[in-house]
Amino acid sequence: MIAVSILKRLLMAAITLFGVAVIVFVLLRVVPGDPIAMMISPGASPESIAALRAQYGLDASLPVQFLVWLKAVVVGDFGTSISLRRNVLELLAERLPATLELAIVALLVAVVLGGAVAVLGTLLRRTPGEPVVDTVNGLCLAVPDFVWALALVLVLGVAFPVFPLSGRINPGVQVDFATPFYLIESLVTLRFKVFADVAAHMVMPVLALGLPLAAIITRVLKEALLEAMVQDYILLARLKGMSSLRLVLQEALRNAIGPTIALTGVQFTFLIGGTVIVERIFAYPGIGNMAIDAVINRDLPLIQGLVLVFGALFIVINLLVDMLVVAFNPRLRHG
Amino acid sequence: MTASLLSISGLSAVSDREGGMPILRDVSLSLERGEVRGLVGESGAGKSTIAKALLGILPRTVRVTGGTVQFEGRDLLTMPARELRDIMGAQISLIPQDPQTALNPGRRIEAQLTDGLRLRRGLSSREAHARALKLLEEVQIRDPQRVLHAFPHELSGGMRQRVLIAAAFALEPKLVVADEPTTALDVTVQKQILRLIRDMQKVHGTAVIFVTHDLGVVAQICDSVTLLYAGKVIEAGATADVLQNPKHAYTKALMAAGPRYDRPDAGLEPVPQAVFEQLRAEIGIR
Amino acid sequence: MADVALTPPAVRRSGLSKNLRAMLREPKVLVGGGFILLLLLVAIFAPWLAPKDPLEQDLMLGNLPPAGYPGTEPGYWLGTDDLGRDVLSRVIYGTRIALTVAFVAAGLAALFGTVLGLIAGFYGGWADKVISRLVDIWMAFPPVLLSILLVAVLGSGIHSVIAAIVIIDWTRFCRVVRAETQAQAKMDYVVAARTIGFPRLHILIREILPNVAPVLIALVSLEMGIAVIVEAILSFVGLSVSSDTPTWGGMIAQGRQIIYQGWWVLVAPLVVLFATVLAFNQLGDGLRRALDPVMRR
Repeated sequence: MIAVSILKRLLMAAITLFGVAVIVFVLLRVVPGDPIAMMISPGASPESIAALRAQYGLDASLPVQFLVWLKAVVVGDFGTSISLRRNVLELLAERLPATLELAIVALLVAVVLGGAVAVLGTLLRRTPGEPVVDTVNGLCLAVPDFVWALALVLVLGVAFPVFPLSGRINPGVQVDFATPFYLIESLVTLRFKVFADVAAHMVMPVLALGLPLAAIITRVLKEALLEAMVQDYILLARLKGMSSLRLVLQEALRNAIGPTIALTGVQFTFLIGGTVIVERIFAYPGIGNMAIDAVINRDLPLIQGLVLVFGALFIVINLLVDMLVVAFNPRLRHG
Repeated sequence: MTASLLSISGLSAVSDREGGMPILRDVSLSLERGEVRGLVGESGAGKSTIAKALLGILPRTVRVTGGTVQFEGRDLLTMPARELRDIMGAQISLIPQDPQTALNPGRRIEAQLTDGLRLRRGLSSREAHARALKLLEEVQIRDPQRVLHAFPHELSGGMRQRVLIAAAFALEPKLVVADEPTTALDVTVQKQILRLIRDMQKVHGTAVIFVTHDLGVVAQICDSVTLLYAGKVIEAGATADVLQNPKHAYTKALMAAGPRYDRPDAGLEPVPQAVFEQLRAEIGIR
Repeated sequence: MADVALTPPAVRRSGLSKNLRAMLREPKVLVGGGFILLLLLVAIFAPWLAPKDPLEQDLMLGNLPPAGYPGTEPGYWLGTDDLGRDVLSRVIYGTRIALTVAFVAAGLAALFGTVLGLIAGFYGGWADKVISRLVDIWMAFPPVLLSILLVAVLGSGIHSVIAAIVIIDWTRFCRVVRAETQAQAKMDYVVAARTIGFPRLHILIREILPNVAPVLIALVSLEMGIAVIVEAILSFVGLSVSSDTPTWGGMIAQGRQIIYQGWWVLVAPLVVLFATVLAFNQLGDGLRRALDPVMRR
C-alpha cells in the first residue's frame, strides 16, 4: 500500500520535474538579452559570433535545442556555463554542498529553537510569561530573512565584529578538502580549528535563514500543543503523576507535531529559496549566490541546471515530508 | 465520623468568571469505604465541580470560599501540592466522560495503561506488562494481548471505556470518580459498562463517586445518592429510600422526567415550572 | 429564521460607518495605518521634504556620518554615501518606488487572484479543477527564485518587478478567496437568494463578495508588505529599477559594500524598510480583527 503510494509520488515528481524543465527552457528562450553578446569582445567578427552560437547549440530551432538539451541532461551532461566557461554539472557539484550544509544547519537551528520556545510557551500558558513569548515571537514573524541577514551584518559583523562577514572559510586557513562538504568533513576528520572557522562563517547566514522559520514553527506548534493540552488524556496523564514538562513532551507533542512537520516541510523549501538572497548578502559560495550571477549574465545552461537542481530539491523535500507525516501519525500508518 | 473515607462539609465555591456567582452552596456529604454514591443533578448543578475538587483540578476561575474536603481525615483543599499529587491518580482516580478524547491517540494502549504502574509503583516494563494484561482480562477484554499493542483509534468506544476503567483501577485506588462514564456510549454498551464498574468496585472494595444526570443509572448502580440543584444539596440518602420515597417535589418531578432503563416506555414529563420556583425560593436565588 | 436568512452576516453599505468605527478602535490599525499614511505623504511631497537633491554627487562630501557623530557637515542629517549623496533625501525618494510597487503589485495580484478565486469557489466544476490545479503548480516554485527568474525574463525595471510579484502572488488571494467563497456559498442567505431566483452573478457580487471582503482587505495589506520586501531584494540584487533611481534596496546594496566606511548608508533604509513591513503587517492583522464579525464578538 505505502510502497505503491510512494511509487505514485515518485512518478508525479518526475512529471513535475519535466514540466519545470520545459517551462524554464521556454521561458529562457524568450529572454530578450543575447547571451553570446555578453561573452564576446566588442568588435568581434560576425563569423566568430556564429561559430560561438553553433558551439553552444544556439543556432538550432527551439524544439531541437530542447531535445538536444534534454537528452544530454538525462545522461548527466548539463552543458557548459557560458559566463564561467566550465562544465555546469561540475559547478553544481562544487556549490550545492555549500548550500545544503547551510540549509540543513539552518533547519536544525529552526526546529530546535522553534520547538523549545513552543514548549516554553506551552509551559507558561496562562501566566504573565505567555504574552511575552507571544509578543517576541510575533515580532520575529514579521521579519523576513533579508532583513534578518542585514541586521545581523550590522550587529554581529560591524558593531560587535564577532563573526566573519563573508565567504565560507578564511582564505588563510590552509586545508585540502577531499569533499565539498567542508563542515561535515572537518568534523569527521577531527580538524576542529577548521571546523570552528567554517562554522563561524555559517553563523550569520544560518541565523538569517533559521530565525524566521523558528518563529513560524513556534507559532504553529504552540497552538497545536495548547489544543492538545486541554484534552482529557492530558488530564488523566497528569493524574498518573507526570510532570508538566513530561506531559508536554511525551503526551501532547506527538499529537501536535503532525501539522508542524507538514508546515516545516513547505517552509523549508522557502528557506532554500531564501538561500539565494542570504548567500548573496554574505558572499557565501553556494548555488543561490551562483543563481543570481547566472541570471545577471544570462548564462542559459547554468540557469537551467540550477533550476532543475532547485526543483529536484523541492520535490525530494516534499516527498520526505509526506513520509514523515505518515510515520508520525499512527492513524495514517495503518491506513 | 473519622471512619469515613471521604467527608465533604460545608463546601462553598463561587465562579469568578460569572461575577462571583455561587456554584456550590454549603455542600456536605460523606462516603464510606466501598460505597457507591450517585451525584445527581442537571448541568450547572455543581456535580462536576465537586468531582473536580476531589481530583484537585478545579479551574482557576472557580474559587472555594469555605468548607473542607477530608480524604482519610486530611483536607485536600489545604494540602501541599506535592502531597496532593501523590494522592491524585494513586488513591483517587478518574473514569472520564468521553473515551474518544481520554486516550492519547498517538500512544499504544500498553504505554498509557502502564504509565501509572511504572511512575507510581516503580514496576519494570515487564512487570507492568503482566499487570496490564491482567487488568484487561479483569475488564473482560477478550484479546488483551492485541489490545495492548493497539492504538486507540483501532478500538471501539466501549473497548476504550473498558481500557479507561482498567487504568482507573490499576493502582488500587480507594476512591474512583466516575464522571458520567456512559453518556458518550450506545445504550446497549452503557449497561455493560455500568455492570463492569459495579463488578470492579466490588472486587476491589473501592468507593465510587458516580456523577450522572440520570436517576435510572443511580437506581442500577448506586448505594446512596445526593441530589443537587444550583449547587445546593436538595436530597440525600440511601438509593432505595430516596427513589421509593422521595421527600422533595424536585426529586419526584425528576423521576417522572427522565428516560429510564427500568421503564423505557414510561411517558416523559418535563419538570413543572412551579417546582423550579419553589427550589429557587428555598435556595434564595432571585 | 426565514426572514433573517436574507441578511448576510457581515454588514453592508448601511454598516460601513460601523465597520470604520470598529477599524479605528483597533490600535494596530491606527499605528500601522498611521505610519503608512505618513509614508504616503512623504512619497507624494518628496521634492518638498527632501533637504537635498537625492542624485546630486559631491565627492568632497563622501561618507559623511549622520548628525551627532564627529566630522559631520550641517544639513546632512543622516550622512552621505560614498558618492556624497544625501542619505536622508535618498530614503525619502525611495518611498516612491516602494509604495508604488506595494500598492500596484498588491492591488493587481488581489484583483486577479480574487476573480479566479470567486469563480473557482462559486461555480465549482471544471473551472474549479483547472484553477486549483494551476495554483498547485504555481506553489511548487520557490517564490524568490521565481521572481529573479521572471525579472531576468521580463528585463529589469519597475514594470517587471510589479509583473513578477503579481505573477507569483496571485495564488495567495486565489486560495483564500476560493475557500471563503465556498464557505459563504453554503450559507443560508445565499441558498435563500438562489431559491428566490437572483441571477448568479448578482449573488456573487452583491451577496458573497461583501462577505469575503474583510479577509481580502487584510490579505492585501499583508501582500503590500511582501511586495515592499521583494522590490527591495530585487533592487539589492540589481534587477529592479535603474541604479540612478533611489530605492531602499539599492541603498542597502550600496551600504553592504561600504559597510566598514559608512554603515549608516545601510542602517537608514533598512530601518525604514523594516518599519514599513511591520506597519503593513500590523495593519493587516488589525483589519482582520476589526472587520471579522466572528472575531469581533
